[in-house]
Amino acid sequence: MKEDPNQMDCLEFQALLPELIGAGGDAASHPHLLSCELCRALLADLETIAEAARRLFPIEEPPEKLWKQIESVIRDEEKAADPECETPRER
Amino acid sequence: MQQRRVQDRIQRKRMNDPLSPQQLPDPTNIMQEEVAPNAAVAVAHKANPGAGLAASGESDILARAQAGDHSAFAQLYSLHKRRIYSLCLRMVGNVAEAEDLTQEAFLQLHRKIATFRGDSAFSTWLHRLTINVVLMHLRKRGLSLVSMDEAMEPAPEGNPGRSFGAADLTLAGSIDRLALERAVGHLPAGYRLIFVLHDIEGYEHNEIASMLECSIGNSKSQLHKARLKLRDALRSFPRQEARR
Repeated sequence: MKEDPNQMDCLEFQALLPELIGAGGDAASHPHLLSCELCRALLADLETIAEAARRLFPIEEPPEKLWKQIESVIRDEEKAADPECETPRER
Repeated sequence: MQQRRVQDRIQRKRMNDPLSPQQLPDPTNIMQEEVAPNAAVAVAHKANPGAGLAASGESDILARAQAGDHSAFAQLYSLHKRRIYSLCLRMVGNVAEAEDLTQEAFLQLHRKIATFRGDSAFSTWLHRLTINVVLMHLRKRGLSLVSMDEAMEPAPEGNPGRSFGAADLTLAGSIDRLALERAVGHLPAGYRLIFVLHDIEGYEHNEIASMLECSIGNSKSQLHKARLKLRDALRSFPRQEARR
């Protein structure tokens, strides 16, 4: 790999991208991007995806039955750990 | 643990309140969840651990749940169920598994809640507990988190230089939620895991590396490959749909 950032080709720049982006630096200011439209587009897309992930994902609701199941296991566990403790079950 | 059970018995006797279903509140009706809706807020929680508790009055509920109050535990479930279920769903991409893992996470919470000391926000602690539950599940299923590359498909086209095409296919401003959800759902498990933890949940690479027992470089590399795969998928979806 060329050490001079100005001499990098697309493959070399892209091999460096995970570290450039992951380190939180300004990947967009890399000299390779001044002359490479494709790598500029790639970087813009990756940033768009990361931004969309932060913005778009909704919070989902679990099914109502889940609490009943959890409650039931908790009762069973407590009963097993302490048989003297009477825990009436649902009928 | 034994001490907590004794405490629990004493409390129930004091209240003359055997644990009956009629007296256990339905957590779905207690209150609406008001917890971090996105990564930015999750990061804020990490930066300011007391903020969530102070805002919601959750600290009192938490203290009662730690003392063995089942009603308070039901309230905690109500407060956190959506965020925990959503986390599980994103990480495994499967509704049935997400339900099982949510259940397991809250059961673990019930067993361990007395050990929470307040060194971090409760929501952060519960989040980490849940991630551990999911990771255990994935490991049992045979996903090696250290050698994820081998467990997954090769990187797009096997060569980053060929992973993009014409510049006019750029995604800028054109991603909608459903398309992204679908693309994330199609990611191989290892890629999805790191993408969800970093880009959706807001964890840093050093935290992910610690959770997954891999190097920071590995985390960065996997995230990059995940985004490349998403880019390819997002650009191909519209074309696939047009052919139908």
